[in-house]
Amino acid sequence: MRLAVDLSGRPEHPALAVRAEHWVDLARLAESGALDFVVFDDSFVPPGGGPGEVGRLEAVAVAARVAPLTTTVGLVATATTTHTEPFHLSKALATLDFVSAGRAGWQPDISRTAEEAALFGRKDAAPVDALWREAAEAVDVVTRLWDSWEDDAVIRDVATGRYVDRDKLHHVDFRGEFFAVKGPSITPRPPQAHPPVVLRLPAGDEPAALALIGRWADVARVPSVDGGRAGAADPGVDGLAADGAGRVRAAVRAAGRDPEEVSVLLDVPIGPTDAAEAVVDRAAAALGVGLDGVVLVPETLPGGLRRAVQEVVPLLVGRGLRAPGPGRRTTLRERLGLARPANPYAGGFDATATAGPVGGTG
Amino acid sequence: MSKRQLHLAAHFPGVNSTTVWSDPASGSQTDFASFVHFAHTAERGGFDFLFLAEGLRLREHRDRIHDLDVVGRPDTFTVLNALAAVTTHLGLGGTINTTYNEPYEVARQFGSMEQLSGGRSAWNLVTSSDAFTGENFRRGGFLAPEHRYRRAAEFLQVARACWDSWPAGGSPGWVEHTGEHFQVRGRFPLPAGPQGHPVLLQSGDSDAGREFGAATADAIFSRHTTLAAGKEFFADLKGRARRLGRRPDDLKILPAATFVLGDTAADAQERAEHIRRQQVGPATAIAFLEQVWGRDLSGYDPDGPLPDLDPEPGGVSITRGRVRHEKDTLAVARRWRALAEQRNLSIREVVVEATARQSFVGTPTQVAEQMDDYVQAEASDGFILVPHLTPGGLDEFVDTVVPSCATGAATATATPEQRCANTCWAGRTGRGCSPAERVHRAQWCSCGPRPPDCSGSPRSPRRSPGPAC
Ligand SMILES: Cc1cc2nc3c(=O)[nH]c(=O)nc-3n(C[C@H](O)[C@H](O)[C@H](O)COP(=O)(O)O)c2cc1C
Repeated sequence: MRLAVDLSGRPEHPALAVRAEHWVDLARLAESGALDFVVFDDSFVPPGGGPGEVGRLEAVAVAARVAPLTTTVGLVATATTTHTEPFHLSKALATLDFVSAGRAGWQPDISRTAEEAALFGRKDAAPVDALWREAAEAVDVVTRLWDSWEDDAVIRDVATGRYVDRDKLHHVDFRGEFFAVKGPSITPRPPQAHPPVVLRLPAGDEPAALALIGRWADVARVPSVDGGRAGAADPGVDGLAADGAGRVRAAVRAAGRDPEEVSVLLDVPIGPTDAAEAVVDRAAAALGVGLDGVVLVPETLPGGLRRAVQEVVPLLVGRGLRAPGPGRRTTLRERLGLARPANPYAGGFDATATAGPVGGTG
Repeated sequence: MSKRQLHLAAHFPGVNSTTVWSDPASGSQTDFASFVHFAHTAERGGFDFLFLAEGLRLREHRDRIHDLDVVGRPDTFTVLNALAAVTTHLGLGGTINTTYNEPYEVARQFGSMEQLSGGRSAWNLVTSSDAFTGENFRRGGFLAPEHRYRRAAEFLQVARACWDSWPAGGSPGWVEHTGEHFQVRGRFPLPAGPQGHPVLLQSGDSDAGREFGAATADAIFSRHTTLAAGKEFFADLKGRARRLGRRPDDLKILPAATFVLGDTAADAQERAEHIRRQQVGPATAIAFLEQVWGRDLSGYDPDGPLPDLDPEPGGVSITRGRVRHEKDTLAVARRWRALAEQRNLSIREVVVEATARQSFVGTPTQVAEQMDDYVQAEASDGFILVPHLTPGGLDEFVDTVVPSCATGAATATATPEQRCANTCWAGRTGRGCSPAERVHRAQWCSCGPRPPDCSGSPRSPRRSPGPAC
């Protein structure tokens, strides 16, 4: 089974949230449990409020800071698409892949609130459906920009004085509903070519989000019921997991992709009072209804992660669900069983094709 | 009066002809290992900061991607945050454009780097008005030149409001801004870092650019590297700062500088000549010529004479994505012709002379002396060194020139320990300077009287922006 951890939990001391050491310790702890990847959460607004305010660092920055100090764990950074520039996102994520030697991943998300819109003052908050369609366009452009350099574009041909073969650099000439981007990227194609895309299935009914998952997810995260605790004898969780996985796989099939290539993982919270056995039962149940693994979501950090690594992981290994550590030094794609994608531009891809809104094509 | 101190920063070799990619010693321009090597050398040499340039569209020449120089670079913030993990006190400076970014986001990115690096961030704030680069961004289009610095000043004002909104140890406050270019309202998610604000560099060269830099920057990254031009620029910028009510010493002038070392002066000259010819190959010579002449000159022999015909009138630019500092191409062509006639030079030789002369050439001791002379003559406060090789271009300098500087006692480029010993910050952290102090103040306050706020508190909230803002 696949096993990851989401690091959005509350730091046990508010000041930890903005300390580099905190994030390095968490990633190393996850690595010591041979987890497949960690997810760094992000949003433009600070988490929570009230006394002892917790700050929030930019997730790509945190992942980059952690990268040179880890060797096996995948580093998935959340980056939102509503108020950001796809051109900047593309090179930031490509660079995360360079500095982590192929362990980068991207969890795209949207900024839903008027509060976030007001921080930019560039556009009003939009209906959620439009935000997801914009996200799909952003993922499309970002991916094209990753491909805008062929792998062997740098030739260093001393005889002719040419550093690159410019026929292997491509203007992406993207024109969509939400933006136009010329390209090529200023950053060469990253080690994994396409750092894996991790997407969360929203708890509510958001068709455009499902379309985005269908078209782009390498990993899809299915939520547990709200308030559903691991171990609570709640058949609703399994039902929800099965339903979520079914919807994800149908969307992937509808987008013309092979559902086998998408890892569907159940989010499993770990609260301070949840027993490790119950968490493991929950994971086993998820596998039983056809999911590929779980994303553990410790409610508090680092304690929750410590328990995940020290208590949950050994039980999973004991039940033969996870191989004993240490993790292997591979790219995140390899870990997820994904091939390194060929470059469509290398085969004469029609770079000027106008992108249709992904939501419309399903 | 005590000797003026010398500041050094290290520019990662970038996407222009200065960087020699054809040399067998030249390594990857994108692999993280190259950045680590370069950063470690800079840190070992006690440099103030590492510097990354950035351009947001690949350069084109005659409507095609310019392929003769290094092309491509990783993302500035991401590389610098990763380097923060493998260095401990080196400053980390990145070039970030105010035209193709939004202030809240950039404030958050620098705020994050400030925390993740323990107060070692620096921002080279640049502006751009070209629609060519804009084609990569949502806002697209253009920004009329006269609006560039207005937007930049307002951008900085918003960013500073963000950084100041949550004092270290205090509670988050509100940011509320309504201006010509931006409307920003809300809470900033990060407490102030050790420096309060990142160190601010600026490199505009026009009157508006200089005025903006003099009003707002901690240091100017300048292109004026000859002694005469350096003195003029230095006096101009320090004068502007004084006029704007700032202590001239609070604005450091750091020109880009290249160097070549040798065992003897003659040896260094020979190496310098060889490097210049590596930098200006035959095809590059023609490309430079075409840039000035504004037309296709691919039929010309780089080892032959300059064209008889004049540049295209009106200074048409056939190169896009690079800053052109010389607006009057006819004047440049006249100068190049005079040079060619005087010394009987070919196209390539003229281009070498006009574009590739290194700033400092000599033995390590000579280069240390030349740099010191330059600083003592008030032509700069130091240099941003631009080596010609990735990633090892700084190694020899650090191994040979830095020790000369240190023993000459003229410079701040001693070992970190030596340097810290000279500063008002020594001892504060027990083992020398904290990163923030080192980058922003340790050296910088070591060259002047102890600043009034040198009391151990994080950098205090900034003065209000000058009139240019
Ligand atoms: C030494 C020097 C370095 C510069 N580096 C960059 C850079 O890395 N990226 C960039 O976009 N602009 C760079 N610029 C351009 C300036 O920021 C500015 O846009 C340009 O000089 C035009 O402004 P001006 O008309 O005020 O000179 C640099 C300029 C100088 C003089």
